[in-house]
Amino acid sequence: MNLLLEARGLHLKFGAIAALDDVAIDVSAGEVVAIVGESGSGKTTLLRVLAGQMAPDSGTVRYLGGDVLGMTEAERRRLMRTDWGFVHQNPRDGLRMGVSAGGNVGERLMALGARHYGNIRDEAKAWLQRVEIDAARIDDLPRHFSGGMQQRLQIARTLVTRPKLVFMDEPTGGLDVSVQARLLDLIRALVHELGLSVLIVTHDIAAARLLADRILVMRRGQVVEQGLTDRVLDDPQHPYTQLLVSSVLAA
Amino acid sequence: MTEAGYNFAYLDEATKRMIRRAILKAVAIPGHQIPFGAREMPLPYGWGTGGIQVTASILGPQDVLKVIDQGADDTTNAVSIRRFFTRVAGIATTDATGEASIIQTRHRIPEKPLTENQILVYQVPQPEPLFKLEPHRAETRRIHALADYGLMHVRLYEDIARLGHIAKAYDYPVMVNERYLMSPSPIPAFDNPKMHQMAALQLFGAGREKRIYAVPPYTPVRSLDFEDHPFRPIRAPHACAICGSRTSYLDELITNDAGGRAFICSDTDYCQERQEAPKAAAE
Ligand SMILES: [Zn+2]
Repeated sequence: MNLLLEARGLHLKFGAIAALDDVAIDVSAGEVVAIVGESGSGKTTLLRVLAGQMAPDSGTVRYLGGDVLGMTEAERRRLMRTDWGFVHQNPRDGLRMGVSAGGNVGERLMALGARHYGNIRDEAKAWLQRVEIDAARIDDLPRHFSGGMQQRLQIARTLVTRPKLVFMDEPTGGLDVSVQARLLDLIRALVHELGLSVLIVTHDIAAARLLADRILVMRRGQVVEQGLTDRVLDDPQHPYTQLLVSSVLAA
Repeated sequence: MTEAGYNFAYLDEATKRMIRRAILKAVAIPGHQIPFGAREMPLPYGWGTGGIQVTASILGPQDVLKVIDQGADDTTNAVSIRRFFTRVAGIATTDATGEASIIQTRHRIPEKPLTENQILVYQVPQPEPLFKLEPHRAETRRIHALADYGLMHVRLYEDIARLGHIAKAYDYPVMVNERYLMSPSPIPAFDNPKMHQMAALQLFGAGREKRIYAVPPYTPVRSLDFEDHPFRPIRAPHACAICGSRTSYLDELITNDAGGRAFICSDTDYCQERQEAPKAAAE
């Protein structure tokens, strides 16, 4: 397996609270890894540390062998607009609300040097269709879109430059259940088509089951269990995982 | 003669040295904005205090100063600045572009090509080309440091998507030396090509925002555009009603109450010279 991301011995304390307590994680090429846990488990902190947005107290994060934590801001940003993508829980954090849908999708292309308006626009239209947004809405502002559409637009904007590794922070978080299901299906189809590697943080066990090849269960800053998705969810070993899985069944 | 009580060119020597250091840094990094400790000037902001401080710092007793505002030497703003420097530096002034060693300008570049022996000083209200797109200065600094200018192209993309063309007619953003995105100050886009490989040193002073930047002689300056929507310097498709020029930048004048209109050169010295040239040739 071609290892993309590799973290070892991550520690991070917020005051007396250990947000990360000796966490290790690997993501291989083409693999979808879900980090599940309740709020406060440290899963979002872990995502931010792995994406180089936050420094741990100790530990290492390597991307294709390169030291993520030692990167300059310039190197990190370059990675963020080439190899990496980040999908935020709130589409407002990932979109430019004052810029048209086409401009939002085209921004990463332009940041990478695309200078042909017609081509940028064609690419934006193709991506809108790909995320099931009517291409006729290419000049509309995202603020006139529904929450689900905004999230799909954020995904198009992120994937347009074909990143290798996409970080997703509760991508279905703020949406209605019916909208969530459609979005999960879309993400699953795109991940498969593009062969993406994804690191997804979610409190939603059903979403993890649908998308992930592997699952890490976090509690109080520690990874309490990890393994192939079916194994972890069908035969949970740790009492906390058993509790998480049973609460889904009860719901 | 310099009035008693004033240092030459108004500013004290320590301030001039500080501004000259900022200018040297600016020349060393074409298009990059250098902060400087702007001084209070006896003119309000918006009257070119940044340009005045730059001019005051580079002015010597032998210099000949021209000041233009919207291309004209005789507007209140231009006259006040010229009078100010005559009073505090005792230097000679001129309306003739070819005779000036320093030209301070607001909103235009003279039509007559400038030479290596001249310096063009721009008055700049807003030095940050990303000002309207990104309100946080810390973020715009990062964008410049990383040359991460996709955002500016998004703005141009949006113009074409909404209007079919890039709407910016003034202060049209340029790339300097293929490195820094720069505001050319509110000159018409028509003037942008004159900045490219200009023989004269170009200095930009923003008083309120306390920034100086520069384009050294013979530096590439490129107006941003798209391959399929190339930059076009626009001028009114008329000839000057006075001198007949079909290449100069024109102002539109209302000539009478009936709504009659005429187009004349915005650069008054250029227009004047063209009116005199045929006569001189005939004599
Ligand atoms: Zn004329």
